[in-house]
Amino acid sequence: MAHLSLENRERATRLISLYPKDRSALIPLCHLAQSQDGYLTQEAIQDIADLVGVTPAEVYGTATFYDMLHTEPVGRYVVAICTNIACLLNGAFELLEHAQKRLGVYVGQTTNDGMFTIEEAECLAACDTAPCVQVNHRFFGPLAGESFDALVDNLESGRLDDVVPPHGVLNRVERSVGLTSSAKREAAQ
Amino acid sequence: MITNAAPIVTRRMGYEDSYTLSRYLETGGYDGLKRALTMSREEVADQVNRASLLGRGGAGFPAGRKWSMLRAAPTSYLVVNGDESEPATFKDHLLIERDPHQIIEGALICAYAIGAAQIFIFCRGEFALGLERLQQACNEAYRIGAIGREIFGSSFSIDLVIHPGAGAYICGEETALLESLEGKRGFPRIKPPFFPAVQGLYGAPTVVNNIETMSNLPWIVLNGGDAFSSLGEGSSAGTRLFALSGRVNRPGWFELEMSKTTFRDLIFDPALGAGVPDGRSLKAFIPGGVSAPWFGPNELDLGLDQDAVGKAGSMLGSGSVVVMDESTCVVRAAWRITRFFHRESCGQCTPCREGGGWLEQILRRIEEGEGREADLDLLMDVCDNIAPGLTWPPQQTTICVLGPSIPSSIASSIRMFRDEYLAHVRERHCPMGGHR
Repeated sequence: MAHLSLENRERATRLISLYPKDRSALIPLCHLAQSQDGYLTQEAIQDIADLVGVTPAEVYGTATFYDMLHTEPVGRYVVAICTNIACLLNGAFELLEHAQKRLGVYVGQTTNDGMFTIEEAECLAACDTAPCVQVNHRFFGPLAGESFDALVDNLESGRLDDVVPPHGVLNRVERSVGLTSSAKREAAQ
Repeated sequence: MITNAAPIVTRRMGYEDSYTLSRYLETGGYDGLKRALTMSREEVADQVNRASLLGRGGAGFPAGRKWSMLRAAPTSYLVVNGDESEPATFKDHLLIERDPHQIIEGALICAYAIGAAQIFIFCRGEFALGLERLQQACNEAYRIGAIGREIFGSSFSIDLVIHPGAGAYICGEETALLESLEGKRGFPRIKPPFFPAVQGLYGAPTVVNNIETMSNLPWIVLNGGDAFSSLGEGSSAGTRLFALSGRVNRPGWFELEMSKTTFRDLIFDPALGAGVPDGRSLKAFIPGGVSAPWFGPNELDLGLDQDAVGKAGSMLGSGSVVVMDESTCVVRAAWRITRFFHRESCGQCTPCREGGGWLEQILRRIEEGEGREADLDLLMDVCDNIAPGLTWPPQQTTICVLGPSIPSSIASSIRMFRDEYLAHVRERHCPMGGHR
């Protein structure tokens, strides 16, 4: 019984067709499954395994290596606060402490209403806006106490819905061209 | 000195819509590719050789030489490394979000020169907007005939795939990146073979080049390799995109002619970093990403030059400069950097996996006032087990260079600030204001 929606299974098939070897689509398919469910469910892992021709354990073992792939549910908004060197030098730990107080949860935890998960991030490559924060991988910064609170208010009220899609939605632009890899075309000919 | 060299990779950044196809075409976009397609593959490669373009990812390996090492085989690949994760580095992020067509055009020129069968642009997963812009640009480039079959009416055909990463620093290491692109954990591959040019993606010969390296190619093809190598000095040719952050008034990116500009210019010139805030003085700076040993005020007059920085005992690396001022606790800074390496270690090699964790714990206990004087020697001893002799460049006991990068911050900060470490131990708290 397939877990991915019909539309997502079609997208998955198109993604697989881009690569000379099916397994190369494993991580893109994990992102796709996360965009459907918010995290990687056991059922989605089984689907991905079937689609790329490996065991569910191989999908799970690969996915758990990567910070962005979640095998447990997370909040609607994953708030990732960088505390690496450039952010540290500009007050990142103070911001992290403030964020934990404001949201009432520690790093790695999700608020009771399921809205927010806090993560402590490694460098997000936005050091000119330190301390920087990502919400569902969309950038904000530099932030301090008040501007962080305003961000949370805007997220809660839905004012940022256009800017910040639900967790797991990574790429809102679909590939619309050249949908079969040249290697596969040659093999098919 | 800041020279008047015109920017190359950032020349469209003044436009709000620099990432759009229309702006790209209006500003000479895809002219480099069109020119390249009128040249032979060898002529294109020759121009890049003449340019003396050093790879802009961090290792600084000559791009032309990398291409020439490609093993002859029926199928070879081009993989563009856009997994920018070296702390304090944010230049590829800028190029991906603000000029994605330039990367695609550069990649197409490279693929033509090396005869690749397919191009993959591996983009760091956390760059959600960047991935969208790259995919949009890829779709547009297909539509105008820049990618796909018989590109611009030539006999050259190729497909290009935008591939998202999923969050792992180690995937910036080129063999780990290839493993990840094959759908596996990002484990660096055992060497030899040392170069993906011999055995890369799916075992086929593969060129792995950085985003900024690719972004230079359209200009080099249009203006000639000699025009590029006339900028900069010696082996540090051309301009380079530097990322400045930490305790400076104007953090940001600056494209500068290599060699000519010094670290002092970059950090203090009013048009660049504009100095340290609040009238404080500079205490130390990291010259090329957190894998690089730190420098102090004595090294400020070094040029932004790969050889000069190397001879002085560090590296220009990824071109990212972090400034620490007199209020910075060096133990805390070294601890945070070490914790980063420990977290990001892939876990294959014992010296890195275990050593990183021990070093982090020792640094944390010193910072929290629980350290002992013998801890300084202990830190150096563990570092020596990861990179024997603590030479520069480091010796290696691990599959990749993540491990040997861990001692950089620790050894250099102890060398420069031994008294501050000892003060933490003797006063039983952080003398810099008791952070954390």
